[in-house]
Amino acid sequence: MKNASNIKNPMPSQKPEIRKDNFNEVALGYTAEIAISEAQRCLNCKNPLCVTGCPVNVQIPAFISEIANGNFLSAAEIIKKTNLLPAICGRVCPQEKQCEGKCVRGIKGESVAIGRLERFAADVLLSQDEQSIPETKPSAGKKAAIIGSGPSGLACAGELARAGWDVTVYEALHKFGGVLVYGIPQFRLPKEIVAKEISSLEKLGVKFVKDFIVGKTITVDELFDSGADAVYIGSGAGLPSFMEIPGEELCGVYSANEYLTRINLMKAYRSDSDTPIYKAKNVCVIGGGNVAMDSARCAMRMGAQTVTVVYRRTEAELPARLEEIEHAKEEGIVFRFLTAPLKINGDENDSAISLSCQQMKLGEPDASGRARPVPMENSEFEITTDCVIIAIGNRPNPLLVSTTEGLEANKKGCLVIRSEGSTETMRNDVYAGGDAVTGAATVILAMGAGKAAAKEILEKHSK
Amino acid sequence: MLIYYKNHFQKKKGIPMFDILKKRYLNPTVVLMEINAPAVARKAQAGQFIILRTDENGERIPLTVAAYDREKGIVTIIFQLVGSTTMKLRAMNEGECLEDFAGPFGRATDTNEYKKVAVVGGGVGCAIALPVAKKLHEQGCVVHSIVGFRSKDLVILEDEFKNCSDKYVLMSDDGSCGEKGLVTNALEKLINDGEQYDAVFAIGPVVMMKFVSLLTKKYGVNTIVSLNPIMIDGTGMCGGCRVIVGGETKFACVDGPEFDGHQVDFATLMKRNSMYRDQEGKKREETCNLLKGNK
Repeated sequence: MKNASNIKNPMPSQKPEIRKDNFNEVALGYTAEIAISEAQRCLNCKNPLCVTGCPVNVQIPAFISEIANGNFLSAAEIIKKTNLLPAICGRVCPQEKQCEGKCVRGIKGESVAIGRLERFAADVLLSQDEQSIPETKPSAGKKAAIIGSGPSGLACAGELARAGWDVTVYEALHKFGGVLVYGIPQFRLPKEIVAKEISSLEKLGVKFVKDFIVGKTITVDELFDSGADAVYIGSGAGLPSFMEIPGEELCGVYSANEYLTRINLMKAYRSDSDTPIYKAKNVCVIGGGNVAMDSARCAMRMGAQTVTVVYRRTEAELPARLEEIEHAKEEGIVFRFLTAPLKINGDENDSAISLSCQQMKLGEPDASGRARPVPMENSEFEITTDCVIIAIGNRPNPLLVSTTEGLEANKKGCLVIRSEGSTETMRNDVYAGGDAVTGAATVILAMGAGKAAAKEILEKHSK
Repeated sequence: MLIYYKNHFQKKKGIPMFDILKKRYLNPTVVLMEINAPAVARKAQAGQFIILRTDENGERIPLTVAAYDREKGIVTIIFQLVGSTTMKLRAMNEGECLEDFAGPFGRATDTNEYKKVAVVGGGVGCAIALPVAKKLHEQGCVVHSIVGFRSKDLVILEDEFKNCSDKYVLMSDDGSCGEKGLVTNALEKLINDGEQYDAVFAIGPVVMMKFVSLLTKKYGVNTIVSLNPIMIDGTGMCGGCRVIVGGETKFACVDGPEFDGHQVDFATLMKRNSMYRDQEGKKREETCNLLKGNK
């Protein structure tokens, strides 16, 4: 440890007053000097706890040592051994709950900025003109069909392709990347990075087919008929939940999915896009997760005068990534905690004009272990709003289960896996992972599941 | 050649190309196109829809399948000029390619149990009503088609309807063809004349579907309408297409697009469909100027 500082090197970022009006990336990334300085904060622990906090066990102290020594490409290679999409994970992982949450330096100060260093190394690698293509094994004579091109599908595809499998990824939308392109905004994860990661998979021989809806355009049975030895379902959790309160059908009321898709996938923020979006003055976002933060910050960038996040619990319970909450606050987004929406009110044209809310207080913990919000009597009030974005969660889409013999889903719509520790569904040779199995979770967990499935598929077929 | 279509000719290996094989004007504002889309053609059924994009910056618009040829791998769409995207689409010609063409989405029309039906089509909605009438006719169901247009020069698919209908009634707003009046007038007359239908299929402008449903409710005739709300993905992901049916929120893309007309909240649907009217108008004007500039 050459750097004894108790705080992380701050991330160079666009200033809040500037970035709140543009969609360019907020965090600009460490320079080489800052990265080396930050890397020198790492204690290089013998038993690194950070690695245990990482769902894909990136060899963290090893790559950080390389950065400290100025070997940035070697650092990236180390990360890539276990994480195929480091430029993405470095940007969107909730590090404070994973690797950084376990960092010993976090006990007496701030943890090492592992996420920022991962991003730095990955960006150096991506900036190379010629990407080195990871070695692939000779053709295994096996075919895999991957359903969905989100993080879990990409991870599974990459691992299988490396093992010499013939892999085809089917995507229902017209762009590859799943939630990375339709959900997470440009200012948090530039789409060029997703495109680069996908092109590196193409170089591994993975085939990508767009506009193809498994369950509609083709069935899982037909995928097997056409020669697939294994099918992996990484279809995510794309079905938006609504609150089932009066007024959700009013004009100006969006699911976060729709609002974000219009902006991120369809580029509604750009003048050359044909996709329209409601240009609202006072936006209310309901929910407290990353999707809520993304929606709120997009609304601000779309020119809203006020953006209010309405959340039933307190700041301590906000499930969003810490950095997103801080960024949102810096950008002028207002948080109304302990506030539950009751009704969306409309005008004579059925356009939203206000949100009726109720003040809550925290009660006993509920099934999720979090304190249950309880309404306070006679505490109703209204917030003026012409656009309400509902970001209270997503469930897996029932499309595949309803069109595929032998698949089972639980009450929440999540695919059922045959046994603990496996990724195989109730149907032979059909594997699943990521949000389709867990319900809405994180990019890295989805990737971890995709990798685990690939491992299981390879083991089964090497017998 | 228009600038934003040039990408379509950069044909890449392995990427499906959705060529326009045939383009035909059915009337001055309604165009029929046959699209090379074998994967969609293999699965398409009456009542389902596709989603297309004309170009890289284009929006995703849903269009109901008008016909399909599984062997040739062709899907036929029929559309009317309404906004910027349909204007761009209309400006495209045979040999050019659509950027995207995905589907089939939604549930197929349930036609099994019917012995006698009335199929009511309004304007360009007739393009969607026709495959339903055809399918019913092929199953041996008695089909009475009632179609309505504003005037004579807007009439489409007359022969096609006659070929699959046991009775064909043409209505026009101005009396320039068929009988003068609304499709509801014709339907009510047939019902009063003693025709007993197992079901009425009403496909056309929302206001037409609303009034057909009100009428048939009075006579207690089961009525199916095909809704066309604003949507993005077509798979249940955006929830933009939510409609209220029987007091419950449904997604037209996966639960529909056909619903029980007596249960649909048409007023809300009309409001939601006009959500982007101002922006749409502006965009349409821009596109119009752009297309003029390139000619």
